[in-house]
This record gives sequence, C-alpha cells and structure tokens, in this order.
Amino acid sequence: MNGTDIILSVDQLTVRFDASPPLLKRLVTGAKRRTVHAVEAVDFQVERGSTFALVGESGCGKSTIARTIAGIQAPTKGAVSFMGVNVAGFRTRHAALPYRRNLQMIFQDPYASLNPRWRIGRIIAEPILTHRLMTRGAALDARIAELLATVGLSPKDAQKYPHQFSGGQRQRISIARALAANPAFVVCDEPTSALDVSVQAQILNLMKQLQRELGLTFLLISHNLAVVAHMADRLGVMYLGRLVEQGDAEQILARPLHPYTRALLDTVPDPHAPHRPRARLSGEVPSPLAPPSGCAFHPRCPLADARCAAERPEPIRVDAVSVACHAVAEGRIDAAQPDRPKDQQSLEQSGDAA
Amino acid sequence: MNALLQVENLRVEIAARKRRLVAIDDVSFEIAAGEVLGVVGESGAGKSVTGTAVLGLLEAPAVQAGGRILFDGRRIDTLSEEGMRALRGKEIAAVFQDPLTSLDPLMTIGDQLTETMLTHLPMTRAEGEARAGELLAEVGIPAPRERLQAYPHELSGGMRQRVVLALAFCCAPRLIIADEPTTALDVSIQAQILDLLRRMCRERGTAVMLVTHDMGVIAEVADRVAVMYAGRVAEIGPTRQLIAHAAHPYTRGLMASIPSMRRREKELTQIPGAMPRPDAPVAGCAFHPRCPQAFARCAAERPPAFPVGAARVACWLADPAFEGVPA
Ligand SMILES: Nc1ncnc2c1ncn2[C@@H]1O[C@H](COP(=O)(O)OP(=O)(O)OP(=O)(O)O)[C@@H](O)[C@H]1O
Ligand SMILES: Nc1ncnc2c1ncn2[C@@H]1O[C@H](COP(=O)(O)OP(=O)(O)OP(=O)(O)O)[C@@H](O)[C@H]1O
Ligand SMILES: [Mg+2]
Ligand SMILES: [Mg+2]
Repeated sequence: MNGTDIILSVDQLTVRFDASPPLLKRLVTGAKRRTVHAVEAVDFQVERGSTFALVGESGCGKSTIARTIAGIQAPTKGAVSFMGVNVAGFRTRHAALPYRRNLQMIFQDPYASLNPRWRIGRIIAEPILTHRLMTRGAALDARIAELLATVGLSPKDAQKYPHQFSGGQRQRISIARALAANPAFVVCDEPTSALDVSVQAQILNLMKQLQRELGLTFLLISHNLAVVAHMADRLGVMYLGRLVEQGDAEQILARPLHPYTRALLDTVPDPHAPHRPRARLSGEVPSPLAPPSGCAFHPRCPLADARCAAERPEPIRVDAVSVACHAVAEGRIDAAQPDRPKDQQSLEQSGDAA
Repeated sequence: MNALLQVENLRVEIAARKRRLVAIDDVSFEIAAGEVLGVVGESGAGKSVTGTAVLGLLEAPAVQAGGRILFDGRRIDTLSEEGMRALRGKEIAAVFQDPLTSLDPLMTIGDQLTETMLTHLPMTRAEGEARAGELLAEVGIPAPRERLQAYPHELSGGMRQRVVLALAFCCAPRLIIADEPTTALDVSIQAQILDLLRRMCRERGTAVMLVTHDMGVIAEVADRVAVMYAGRVAEIGPTRQLIAHAAHPYTRGLMASIPSMRRREKELTQIPGAMPRPDAPVAGCAFHPRCPQAFARCAAERPPAFPVGAARVACWLADPAFEGVPA
C-alpha cells in the first residue's frame, strides 16, 4: 500500500476477556477459568478519507475492535496505530488529548452514551471545551446551533435534556457531538440503526458530504448490509473474532468468496422480495468461550472437510480481496462464477414494483 | 375482525412550561390475535409513546388525554396501577427500544429470567432455571448455560437485546409490544428471532405490535402496517398493498429512501426538511410543508382517514371526492 495515506493501522489485534466464575465459586465447584476470545489476530488498514466497514454476526467482536481503536479497551496483544501513534501507549491523559480530538466515536447505544443530567448544548459543547477549541460565549452557542442544524435538529433543542428526545433524535445528538471537535476519524458503531429510513438517508448523505468536503475517514459498523453497500469503500467480514474476508467492498458484495460471507448476504431481508427462500446458517451458533478448532466456521460450513476442522486457513489474495478459506484456496469453490449475480437479477426484476 | 387490542382515538399530551404539547393525536388501530401489526414512521413520530401508552407506562410529563385502549374487549387504560402491573409481564409483554432499561445491571441474566417466571408462573426454581437456559438457546445465544452466569455488561449489544426478548417471551404473553426488537441484531439472528415471533403468533395466537425502521423486516413478518407521522397515523393497511402501492406521499418518500444492495447511488433520495415536532405543530396536514404534491387545502385543513382498498389513508389525494388540484 505505498503512496496511500494510511490513517489507521490495526496489527494482529487480539482482545480476550476473563469470564471466569468468582474465585470462591471456582474453588467450591471446581469450575475452570474461562476466557472470551472476542478478537483474534485481526489485521486491517484504513486509508485517509475512505470508509472501512466491519460486518458480522452479533457478538463477533466488532464493538470490541471499535472500543480498542477509541482507546477505551486495552488490547491483549497486537497494536493499533492511529496517525502513526500507538493508541495503547499513552501514559497520561494529556498525551492522549490530540489523539482523542481527532478520533471520535458514535456509540451503538444512544441511550447509554448521553449524560441524562446535562442539557443537549452542554453535551455537544463538551468535546469543544475539553480540547480548548473555543471558550464559552456567543461563538460557541452559534457553533452548537450550527451542529444541531447539521443533524436536522433545532437550535432550541440545546436547552433540553436527553429524555425529552426519541431514540432517533438522541442518535442525532451523539452524531452532532462526535462532529463537534472537527475530528479526522469517526468510529460509527451502528450509527443509523435507531433511525427511520428517511432520517437515515439524511444522515448517510451528510456523512458522505462531510467526507467529500472535510476528508473525514469512517470506520462503520452496521448490520444493515444495504447501508454498508452504500457507504463502504472497503469491507471486513468478521466471524467469531477473526476477519475471514476483507478488501474492496464492491467486489465482496458482488462476488463474495468466503462461505460465511455468502450466507450472510443471502439472509438479507428485502422489502421487494419477501418470503423468498433465504438460506439460513444452520448448526449451533459457536461460542467465543470455546472457539472451534481449525477454521472457526467449519461446523456450519457446507464445504467443510477434514482439513478445515484441523488447520486454520491463512488469508490468500483473490483480485482486490483477501480471504481465509481452504475451499477457496483449493479451488473447491468457484471464485470466478459464484451464484450471486443471477440472484441479483431476479431481485432487480421484482424490485420495480414500488 | 376479532381484535385483541383496540386503540381508539388515542391522544397523549406532554405538559411543557406554558402549554400542553400534543404528542399523539387521534390514533386508532387494532390488532387481532395471531396478527403482527408493523409500525413504521419518522423518528420522533410517536411510535414509542403509543406503545408506552398501551402498556400503561406513560410517565409525567406525558399523560393520556383522550381515547380508549381495550385488551380482549376490556378497557385497560382505566385500570389501577396494580391491575395493570398484573397484566404486564403475564398477558402483555414489552420489548423496549433500549435493552438496558429492561435489564438489571446487578443481576445475572439467569436470575433475571428465573425471577420473572417465578413471579408469574407456577413453577419451581429448578424448573425456572432449566427453562431460562432453554429460552437463551431459543433466542440464539451461544453457550446458553454458561451465559446464565453473565451480567448484562458482559454481553454484546445484540446479545443483550436477545436476553430482553427471552424475558418478554418467558411467560407466554398474548400481546407483545416490541419496540425495535431486532435493530441491534445481525441478519441471521434477526431471521431467527422473526421466525420465533411468527411461530408464537401462529401457534399460540400471540398478537404483536412491532415497531421497526426496517422495511425488510416489515415485509417479512407484518400482516398489516401503520405508518406514523407527527403523532398521527398517516396510512394503515395490508403490508403487501402498502409496499407495492403506498398511497400517502410520506409513505412513498419513506420507501424511496431505502438504500438498496442492488444499485449504488451517489446520493440517497431523501425527503427534504424535517418533521414538525410537538412544540411547533403545523396547520392542516402535518406533512404538507415537505409534500411534493401538496395543494392549498392541505395547508388549511387536516385530512381525515379515507378508505383506499383495504387501507385507510389520511391524505386529501385519497379523498373520493378529490378531482385533481384546482388551478
Ligand atoms: N466486558 C466484557 N466482559 C466479558 N465479555 C465481554 C465483554 N465485552 C464484550 N464481551 C464479549 O466479547 C464478544 C464480542 O463482543 P462485541 O460487543 O465486540 O460484539 P459485536 O460484534 O459488537 O456484537 P453486536 O453486533 O451484538 O453489537 C461477545 O461474546 C461478548 O459477550
Ligand atoms: N418526556 C418527554 N418530554 C418531552 N417530549 C417528549 C417526551 N417523551 C417523548 N417526547 C416527544 O414525543 C415525540 C414522540 O416520541 P417517540 O419516542 O414516541 O418517537 P418514536 O416514534 O418512537 O421515534 P424513534 O423512531 O426515534 O424512536 C418526540 O418528538 C419526542 O421528542
Ligand atoms: Mg456491538
Ligand atoms: Mg422510539
């Protein structure tokens, strides 16, 4: 990746949580220590001014990666470097400040992330004041009004408290707060899942506009694959803590290689094609407490064989995509002619009803 | 129709400093046993407030200022606090938009499920604990038995959401008010939860009010859809009709804003402007300032709900007496 401007680089990131029962209980019942393997050896890079999206099943580790990048969660192993600085390496709050200003986060849960006792104006002003970008006064009030207008709220809302807003309105408040300090990078964990589609369209258009005008970089986490398709330049597909496929978003969505990615894309509900037979992922949902051997997807994979159960696949390159799958590497899956485009055609035909 | 839930002319007001704001105005709908009513609409339109009113959980400054709510033919909006509490949890269950409000951060999820069942159902603690594990498996939580020991903060966003669903299902309620139950979930878990909901409707005749922003979900599970805008029902009717031939211009705008996996637009279609809020209501039809088809009458008079096929549409364009926009 020479010649490109890498703003964020994640190297062999691993995050594990201790989920053991309390010591006393372990002694009494003989229960063992347990470790949650939330994120395992994840590698990816994000180019300045682009959008990198992370998708994958609930609990596969997306928010944990986001929190690690935001410096809220310490990595167990590996490194995260942002604008050339190691995120986990800050010794003091002061040293972390310039980094914090440039990296803001929109959280998955708009309820938990707004202080219920603060007025909206103060919530949005907080990053501006923390980073001493402005002092209290008319100019700051004007900036808050401008931010509220940007996310489709009214300047009068600055006087209100979070409980006076609906779920979607609160999410817009957290977006305004994230933009307040003019960051270079915004981690967006499900930024629009609390929003109706028309407000979602406004927010997504706004994110794209800010990207064009200010060169913002986004890490986007979303379960909504249509949103991902609309926003992402590059895409990372996670399964049980690992990246199984990553690369050019358009290619992955048009020609998914990994069997998990294929299953994921097949499950997307479509308002214009309801009740179509959707291939469901069968088999037991795996546990991050005891990840399966070999390829973690093998117990649910239609193409799994003995090698998949024994040996973890290393990522290989196919065009603009890197994928970790023995079936792809051995040519047991047809990389050039997958069934996806045919499927899309039939959708296209039924899609013009509305 | 034999309605299990009937909401008639519901009005909810919010006491503000000088006046009372109208959050919900003249909202009527019904849900039959075994039926799923999808509720969609602009953020802030009043979907959650409507659900909260049905549950009898409105809190000051919001109050029910008019209308009636009937469950199984019996009025419930006039029930005492205790009467309503007995109904909730057992007959009527809720899945709130915010999973954390329904979970106790200091209790393991296994204890929360067991306690809830012991309160409402005749079973022993051991039975309750066994059932709790089954419930977690039903909502797709991996390693369900081990997870019974976990506290809410140890779970991912989507797992917490599924625990809340398990809590709602545990007493086999007859009506479920589900406020965005699947937004935090990935598509495969979402499909699993929707299957579960649908099965409960079919097999046990459970009725569901399903608030969601996802038209794909609506198309999959809802029998009928209500579209809310600025505290009112803009359009309500059978799902198929609504998706293929939306009559209200707002519904059409909503459908057009959905990003598609099929084509990658440079920009998504958006409805210009914002929905009027309770503190700044507009005269006439609340959608008219943003409506591409508005004409003089829309700004002056509020449209009643006109029948269009099997739907009801609150728009002057749907007026059978409408004969084109006067020049
Ligand atoms: N503080 C914690 N203690 C123990 N386990 C944790 C903790 N935080 C997260 N986990 C576990 O780590 C795994 C990954 O969680 P994470 O929140 O990253 O998932 P996610 O991909 O964001 O899922 P979702 O889509 O549901 O939000 C889960 O199994 C979760 O239970
Ligand atoms: N306690 C309150 N005080 C003042 N206004 C309130 C209060 N509760 C709700 N509102 C207002 O009532 C309106 C309806 O809110 P509601 O939460 O029902 O919206 P919603 O349709 O559920 O939106 P979303 O899709 O964003 O969750 C909103 O404009 C909100 O600001
Ligand atoms: Mg998450
Ligand atoms: Mg709501």
